[in-house]
Amino acid sequence: MTKQAILAGVILVVLLSAGAFGQDRPEAVVDSSNLTGAILPAPVTNIEAKNHKYDDGERIDLFWEKSVDDPDNIFGYKVYRIDKDGASELVRELLPGTTEYFDEEVENDVPYQYIVAVVGEAGEAPSEMTPEVMAAWEFFNFSKLNILILGFIVCGSVLFFISSAKSGKKLFIRKIGGLEALEEAVGRATEMGRPILFIPGILDLDDVQTLAAITILGKVSRVIADYDSKILMPVSRSLVMTSARETIKESYMSAGRPDGYNDNMVQYITDEQFGYVAAVNGIMVREKPATCLYLGAFFAESLILAETGNSIGAIQIAGTARPGQLPFFVAACDYTLIGEELFAASAYLSGDPKQLGSLKGQDIGKIVAMSAIILGTLAMTFASAWELGFMQSLLDILNSIFVTN
Amino acid sequence: MRREIPLVITFVVGVVFVISYFIPHYPFNEFESWFTDWFSIVGAFAIWLGALNLMKISTLKIVKQKKDWPFSALTIVSFLIIVIFGFYGGKGFRDPGTTFDWLYVYVYTALSSTMFALLAFFVASASYRAFRARNFEATLLLVAAFFVMLGRVPVGDMITGFLPLEYQMSHWANWVMNILNTAGQRAIMIGIALGLVSTSLRVILGLERSYLGGD
Repeated sequence: MTKQAILAGVILVVLLSAGAFGQDRPEAVVDSSNLTGAILPAPVTNIEAKNHKYDDGERIDLFWEKSVDDPDNIFGYKVYRIDKDGASELVRELLPGTTEYFDEEVENDVPYQYIVAVVGEAGEAPSEMTPEVMAAWEFFNFSKLNILILGFIVCGSVLFFISSAKSGKKLFIRKIGGLEALEEAVGRATEMGRPILFIPGILDLDDVQTLAAITILGKVSRVIADYDSKILMPVSRSLVMTSARETIKESYMSAGRPDGYNDNMVQYITDEQFGYVAAVNGIMVREKPATCLYLGAFFAESLILAETGNSIGAIQIAGTARPGQLPFFVAACDYTLIGEELFAASAYLSGDPKQLGSLKGQDIGKIVAMSAIILGTLAMTFASAWELGFMQSLLDILNSIFVTN
Repeated sequence: MRREIPLVITFVVGVVFVISYFIPHYPFNEFESWFTDWFSIVGAFAIWLGALNLMKISTLKIVKQKKDWPFSALTIVSFLIIVIFGFYGGKGFRDPGTTFDWLYVYVYTALSSTMFALLAFFVASASYRAFRARNFEATLLLVAAFFVMLGRVPVGDMITGFLPLEYQMSHWANWVMNILNTAGQRAIMIGIALGLVSTSLRVILGLERSYLGGD
């Protein structure tokens, strides 16, 4: 009697659920072939299909809340796409626990609807069908509007200070210890009759840190040419090798010593990180340079290089924009250019008012950042401590400006 | 023209990359991938320049019997071995079981790991120097490092186990890392971001051109 009642109940539930969804659901969606007495799992809820913003109209994002039977009583989910003719297609089978799917196989400006079916032992329990949604094309990525505005402010202030420097206005730039010591370091190597080692990082010429290193090389090699000293520059990228050669050659020519230049000053080693490090360490130990300059992008090799340089008693100047490597350089080198100082070095060493003006322009960006940090800290403190509504609004505004997607 | 053409190329490529960041559609996305491909192609050809340079310098050292020339001989032999087995293996030269793969796994990877392992010793020697309490700042660093290191190992919490959870050593270590360290890192990151923008602008506008050789 009890078994019969359960069986009747199961059949009733299956029939009711099939009837409830039957009107707006294609037949292919429901698989009721596995009716073994088990109960259909609960369907997903709050299913929502949205056009993926600011792409080429190639993606629809699907979100839902998982079935209450997830994960114990279900096998997974099936996503069905229904086109404008009503034909359904299984686009993806997903594991339990999944609550989203990004459909990238859709056509631009074609309406689609979706159903997410929960697959259980008794078959599939489909969700409601989503309203029609189209993958649309948007020209401008408005999610990056804040970056554009901030970029305009920073670039605008850089250009403003460049033009004001061109007009002859005196600009104060603070002294950077590491750069002030460059000439002294080259002079020391000359006096000791030992070479200067220049390492431009291990990334290629498409990295701004490498570009900054090459621009500093221009100034350093000019001093080296003037002092008639010797530079060793093992590199890990062929393009950096060609660029560095041109830079050093130009420096020797402008110093009036074209005969002092030699192509072998810049030597390609290998692209492989630790192969390069092994070779540079070997050069350091054998040639014993009096000055080692590490300027550019560095990774795990930073400390290996700097400690080897330290062990041979070289004066060491390092600079990188990788925060993770800065502590190693600070610990092992005499001077370290921290982040922005690496980028400022070229302008600083050139003394060219136009380039110095660009450094001054960065300060406006720093003022904006500092103001935002102070305002944000105050707003967060007041909003959480005294639940002040307008402080929460201020915090939301700051978030919308400074939080990037 | 030797200067002007690279400057024009730099300007066009820089502007296209900036525009495609905000307008990721045709034709800018096409141009972006086109320029990236061109960089890869130029880089691939430049590898030959690098390899030839390595061979030239190493050969000259051997021929002139310069100091430490056996290292150059070893470089050439290693280079030729890996190149020959690379070409010998054809398209599947990196497949498991090939000689190239054997050399890569049992020679190159082992040597790389050895170099990387040196880092452990260098960290110890650098830490010793950095943590010497020579002045106030170095003493602060030493104290912070002491708390962080002790808080990262179980013995830290064992020592302070009698205290409430929020006063135990691991909590203090996390506080130093998440509050003090993160604040410092963010300040550096903001400076780096502004420096990047400024440098990129100088390069794109042609104000910074010493990477082309000279000022």
